[in-house]
Amino acid sequence: MISIEHINKWYGDFQVLTDCTADISKGEVVVVCGPSGSGKSTLIKCVNALEPFQEGRIIVDGISVGDPQTDLPLLRSRIGMVFQNFELFPHLSITENLMLAQQRVLGRSADEARDTGLKLLDRVGLKAQAAKFPGQLSGGQQQRVAIARALAMNPIAMLFDEPTSALDPEMVNEVLDVMTELAQEGMTMMCVTHEMGFARRVANRVIFMDKGHIEEDCSAVEFFGSPRGERAQHFLSKILHN
Amino acid sequence: MDFSNILPALPSMMDGLWLTLKLTVLSIIGGVVIGTLLALARLSKYKFLAMAAGFYVNYFRSIPLLLVITWFYFMVPFIIGWVTGTNRPVGALTSCLIAFMLFEAAYFCEIVRAGIQSISKGQINAAYALGLNYRQAMQLIVLPQAFRKMMPLLMQQSIILFQDTSLVYAVGLMDFLNTARSRGDIVGQPHEFLLFAGLIYFIISFGASSYVTYLKKRTTV
Ligand SMILES: Nc1ncnc2c1ncn2[C@@H]1O[C@H](COP(=O)(O)OP(=O)(O)OP(=O)(O)O)[C@@H](O)[C@H]1O
Ligand SMILES: [Mg+2]
Repeated sequence: MISIEHINKWYGDFQVLTDCTADISKGEVVVVCGPSGSGKSTLIKCVNALEPFQEGRIIVDGISVGDPQTDLPLLRSRIGMVFQNFELFPHLSITENLMLAQQRVLGRSADEARDTGLKLLDRVGLKAQAAKFPGQLSGGQQQRVAIARALAMNPIAMLFDEPTSALDPEMVNEVLDVMTELAQEGMTMMCVTHEMGFARRVANRVIFMDKGHIEEDCSAVEFFGSPRGERAQHFLSKILHN
Repeated sequence: MDFSNILPALPSMMDGLWLTLKLTVLSIIGGVVIGTLLALARLSKYKFLAMAAGFYVNYFRSIPLLLVITWFYFMVPFIIGWVTGTNRPVGALTSCLIAFMLFEAAYFCEIVRAGIQSISKGQINAAYALGLNYRQAMQLIVLPQAFRKMMPLLMQQSIILFQDTSLVYAVGLMDFLNTARSRGDIVGQPHEFLLFAGLIYFIISFGASSYVTYLKKRTTV
């Protein structure tokens, strides 16, 4: 479904990604972890071309992301993305947030977009908040709306970039629960997260990154059983201690 | 001081005020539209476009408005005649409107540019990630938020523009100030008429800027 092949990326002289290769098949949940600044966000943003890369190939559902011929808006509309800071549109109501791209990108009618949006809002348990504005919701609620907004586009895969790290601890679970449910329904997911409990329970595979390079790519069982590399062991022991 | 002559002159001064307001409102609309396009050009990834827009803005911000008004008064009929191939005079009002729009666009551009830059990269990424294209992302996500944030500054600039419209006296347009001045001269009481004109300018400008202060307070709370 998503195949990342030998990606190299530089910011000026600084190489942020080095020979990154990974495959995510349909229905698979892959967790990406690693220390701060290791290039996790950069890698995940390369998948839907929010970040360009200089070398290598990324193929999503048979379409090459880096190909200048590729219709990027179309490609992106088929890949849902959830951000650390939610990024709901603050000048639009929750319903409008859910409807906007459905109407403008998919060409759905207002009625259809509203129906789909409200159904998904109900699914993340926030139907009562439909008329409110993002600023009136808690962080956890905003993130659940953001997930619903992405799902409204009927994505073939979902990307998550640290979806819970900007949340107060008591709100982390409400978001992880929605993600877990999504995974159980067979959604293809690539999640940058430090929630190791989630990774252990839900992920099929764990990718560990360090200094722009993929150091480990193995099944979750293997990763938590005995990570091979020293860095991964160090990272894991540090994170499990907190 | 004798203000009794002002009352009979009111109808013609109202006409002048109407012209002033018309000039102001149309110039704001044109200035903001052109300014927004300039701001998008300045922030464009196409270096030539960004440089051209930057040159435009710096140029118009470095020359006096009065110069632009008189310059356009002579230039615009010539250019329009050259473009359309006819030799019809366009009149001082049209040339002044074009001068104001193009001049003020340089100032509005810088306000809108700051507004666009104040919107986080994350918002733009979210818009793109949903499949919006550049135009949609700007039009539906970035600009509405930028304008909301920049409203006080845009209004402040508009108040300055309102006062600057009085410079059209240079090409003989009978705006509010010019009408008041000439009516005062006719009856030999220029001071009374100018005092009255000043009062009206003050009321409108001060009223508008009080409203801006109120808006600012409301948006920062
Ligand atoms: N626009 C940019 N220009 C230059 N360097 C950048 C840019 N964006 C990111 N970097 C650098 O690239 C590296 C990787 O950044 P990235 O955000 O992908 O890391 P990350 O693994 O997501 O970290 P975190 O856990 O803090 O989110 C960092 O060293 C960062 O400083
Ligand atoms: Mg990151």
